[in-house]
Amino acid sequence: MTRTGLLRAAAFLAVGIAFPFVFSPAWLVNIGVLTLMYAALATSWNLFSGYTGYITLGQVAFFGLGAYTLAITFEHYGIGSGYNPFYVLPLVGAGVAFASMPVAWIALRTRAMTFAIVTLTLLFIVQQLAFNLHSVTHGSSGLMLPTPTTFGVSTYDDPFYFAMLGILCIALLLCWGVLRSKLGLMLLAVREDEEKARGLGIRVTGAKLIAWWLHVFVTAMVGAVWAYYLTFIYPESSVDPLVMIGAVLMTFLGGRGTLWGPVIGAVVLVPAQQYMLLHLGGSQLYLVGYSAVFVVVLLLLPRGILPSLRDGVTRTRERRRTRLEAAAS
Amino acid sequence: MHQVVQAVILGVLIGGVYALMASGLTLVFGIMRVINVAQGALVILAAYLSYALFSHAHIDPFLSVLIVTPAMFVLGVLVQIVFVRSLRGSDSEELSLLVTWALALGIEGVLSVIFKTTYRATSPSYADKTLTVFGYQFGFVRLMAFIGSGVLLVLLSLLLTRTRFGRAVRATVQNPTAATLLGVDANRVQTLSFGLGVSMAAAAGAVYGVIYPFNPGSHYDLISRLLSIVVLGGLGSLGGAVLASLVMGVTEAVVAVEWKPTWAAFSYFIVLIVVLLVRPQGFFGVRERAL
Repeated sequence: MTRTGLLRAAAFLAVGIAFPFVFSPAWLVNIGVLTLMYAALATSWNLFSGYTGYITLGQVAFFGLGAYTLAITFEHYGIGSGYNPFYVLPLVGAGVAFASMPVAWIALRTRAMTFAIVTLTLLFIVQQLAFNLHSVTHGSSGLMLPTPTTFGVSTYDDPFYFAMLGILCIALLLCWGVLRSKLGLMLLAVREDEEKARGLGIRVTGAKLIAWWLHVFVTAMVGAVWAYYLTFIYPESSVDPLVMIGAVLMTFLGGRGTLWGPVIGAVVLVPAQQYMLLHLGGSQLYLVGYSAVFVVVLLLLPRGILPSLRDGVTRTRERRRTRLEAAAS
Repeated sequence: MHQVVQAVILGVLIGGVYALMASGLTLVFGIMRVINVAQGALVILAAYLSYALFSHAHIDPFLSVLIVTPAMFVLGVLVQIVFVRSLRGSDSEELSLLVTWALALGIEGVLSVIFKTTYRATSPSYADKTLTVFGYQFGFVRLMAFIGSGVLLVLLSLLLTRTRFGRAVRATVQNPTAATLLGVDANRVQTLSFGLGVSMAAAAGAVYGVIYPFNPGSHYDLISRLLSIVVLGGLGSLGGAVLASLVMGVTEAVVAVEWKPTWAAFSYFIVLIVVLLVRPQGFFGVRERAL
């Protein structure tokens, strides 16, 4: 890790840990939880789609599967209240990720736009299942989770905040590790030219499947924490196309394929989104506002904040260098 | 047996309407490699326009097709110029997917503000009329919608095969660069065909409101079906879209009758996954290369 990289990570951790202590009112911590949730979702979306170039629009299906897995486990096996559910998160994540592999294998036989559409239908399939498997999910009446009673009233949101922060750190570490590894090189090769990569003997399907597994692993954990946080889930809220498009939008805003881009996108957009929900939510006008933000981002900053900034910096540096060279000669 | 045949009839009639919506989607993809995720929202928009015309001006929904379709054609042309054309660069295909999704959200939002989210239905006096032939029932509205869709699809294929514009469109589908070199104005072809695709959605939507109740959120249900139809048929293939629509209509209707209506839509998704397992490019599609 470079020194600036270390500094960035340390600054991020410091701000992340200090936030609920500095801004302790519950509504602020609530926005913090949601921001971290979207940041983790966007980061894991980026881990698959940003690095491989395969756009998945079905991520939120696994968010919903994670949520339902935790809720159903609660109902049938009673995994205890308080902090206990947080300890089973990796199991939930890994379980959902393994279960998604056969579908991923089929979906990854298709390319480009077809892949995007097939993953989008995954979203609708899981939502349908949540509605229809009434005996397990209670259909549209939804599932209740026990409210943790051991958490303090004034600091009720804090454990969820730190759980989301922990998952986001895992997601960022995974991204960082993948980017530095041979796997990362394989994924980038797939993004640039899959046929050539295959021709060179890279096992493209294996690489894509590993990235898929990792992104579902993180996504399902986020979904499980979200379910425990809300203590009530139903099909429309747990498999919500708006959440999907939100995570994608944040990644695009911050910069696809970059490490910190999705986090920056979430930090910018989630508070804005919550503000719009608060002021325009009743009239559904927030949908119009949201889509307007979306279109502006895509049309004006299609490459994202970070890559555009980076370009700006290189350009100024080059200009300065040419000016210096001109002065020297 | 009688029940299954009746279900097949129902499925084919509905499939015809879906074929009209999906043909616009797949046509636009073939020409400019843009998936218009807003196609479902545009269908719903047309359904509301036709609903408003029916309830305020007492214009028959089948007649309102003649008003709604040209209006939506203009809207489609504007959308293409403002949102789709301005996307440039190597990512433009993926970006178009997201921009049109945003457009769908915008339409949903505007419709929710104007019409609220309660379910509406356009119900002319003949809404419940049925014809009985050899003991099988044909809903009058569905039969008319099927025939209308068939006529429009034939007109569309005549437009594509018999006119100068159609030749330009097909040339652009086959090889955009060569078409431009031969003097085809690519921008004009793309804009007009986007408008054409949207007007297909509009024509189907004006009638959709008579067959099904709808609210602004209904577009998710529609777009999930439409997208899986065009993938099953093979992206860019008109014939494939029509065939896949009929497959979807029949699968859903038969499952609904023989098993449970709640699993109808789901069963179709399973058909899609199974077909993709064998033919990733769909019925008549060409295998896509990576972006």
